[in-house]
Amino acid sequence: MKYIDEFNDPDLARRLLDEIRATATRPWALMEVCGGQTHSIIRHGIDQLLPEQVELIHGPGCPVCVTPLEIIDKALEIASRPGVIFCSFGDMLRVPGTDRDLFRVKGEGGDVRVVYSPLDALELARSNPDREVVFFAIGFETTAPANAMAVHQARRLGLANFSLLVSHVRVPPAIEAIMSAPACRVQGFLAAGHVCSVMGTAEYPELAERFGVPLVVTGFEPLDILEGIRRAVRQLESGEHRVENAYARAVREDGNPAAVRMIEEVFEVTDRSWRGIGRIPSSGWRLTDAFRAFDAEHRFDVTRIRTEEPAECRSGDVLQGLIKPTECSAFGTTCTPRTPLGATMVSSEGACAAYYLYRRMNAPTPQATRAAREEMNPVA
Amino acid sequence: MCLAVPGKVVAIDASADPLSGLIDFGGVRKQACLEYVPDVRVGEYVIVHVGFALQRLDEESALASLKLFEELGLLEEEFGDAWEQAAKEAGTAAVAEHQDSGSDAR
Ligand code: SF4
Repeated sequence: MKYIDEFNDPDLARRLLDEIRATATRPWALMEVCGGQTHSIIRHGIDQLLPEQVELIHGPGCPVCVTPLEIIDKALEIASRPGVIFCSFGDMLRVPGTDRDLFRVKGEGGDVRVVYSPLDALELARSNPDREVVFFAIGFETTAPANAMAVHQARRLGLANFSLLVSHVRVPPAIEAIMSAPACRVQGFLAAGHVCSVMGTAEYPELAERFGVPLVVTGFEPLDILEGIRRAVRQLESGEHRVENAYARAVREDGNPAAVRMIEEVFEVTDRSWRGIGRIPSSGWRLTDAFRAFDAEHRFDVTRIRTEEPAECRSGDVLQGLIKPTECSAFGTTCTPRTPLGATMVSSEGACAAYYLYRRMNAPTPQATRAAREEMNPVA
Repeated sequence: MCLAVPGKVVAIDASADPLSGLIDFGGVRKQACLEYVPDVRVGEYVIVHVGFALQRLDEESALASLKLFEELGLLEEEFGDAWEQAAKEAGTAAVAEHQDSGSDAR
């Protein structure tokens, strides 16, 4: 067992694996929704430790990966304008737009700044009253309470020079879209723990019922993931499809009600395009009319954007679990973290990056893993 | 940035608006908004995402997660210098003047 000694508690990991092996009598395909889980799975070789019958399919749970090209291009356009301070999380810097990325815009003289929190962007707006400060508000339900608070504060403080370029996405409609796709093979979900920390689990029973799939709320540590798999397989084998919470130490059934209230005050549900996947009904949030003045798309004219996806990139198929990254012909050849064609190769949570980093070209030797890791992050 | 990282509350600034506190993430300390966990105490662990505490977490789980995130290189990613990382990935020299990039604006 290749990586099992690196587990926090190798004995417990072995026991969980034994139980999964003893339970699974037929082939089952489970999807882990969250990109953080994908990295943990590939890093620890969990997919290779599992019995053959249990397959993990990687889901679309990486906000950087699914931010549509059109919004990236709008971000690049706004960030290039004089008088604008464009604020973003660091992992958006190298996400390719049609012909460049934010890193390049900065090199060309744009005032692009990396912030750790949307409140940092708010502070910049406060201290630079003569500049327009735009914050790139991407993310899932986990990020939404922070962005909602930032814009709420901006209104309270009367900051007329602060706005959000919003590209928020929601997990449950994505699960619905995945299950509704004709080619879907997913039979159960490991639901993203931290999304549920905020939203709770109220949205899931209906999905479990309608599609007949177990949904097990799961954390990120290898043992959490094995436990999630164990519970999902047990349900599948006994013909059940319930919502189970295997991450109760961080997830309450009602989530974080104060955070949900703030989201509902500031955002309303809207249709959203997901990069590589396309439009998913009700899968995003936009600012409500009361906050429209803080919407960067209203403040800046960015309607003349023309976008073009690289034809080779199959990140849409990767994000929907239809192919593994290594099945893309560009993987590791024309597409590497240094020359990424798609966001899934750039993002710290992208599936293509996970395969490149931990299992380069399907050769999971420790040396190859170390070499890939050093290449991506020479100081680590 | 999608991952929420656990950290220990080491100080609370009750007069801040919104409510905020100093959080220790395995050595790296940062301010975070505590408005969504208003009754949290110094010494407790919270899950922090983009500068906001979202839930409490017990110490054992918090320390295990921190260790994992460090192994995965995610702490460096979350708290390190994003311009340097981007430059490394791009194989070019870091964009000049990134010191004023606002990453420590708070
Ligand atoms: S390997 Fe590169 S080109 Fe292929 S799907 Fe992934 S990001 Fe796209």
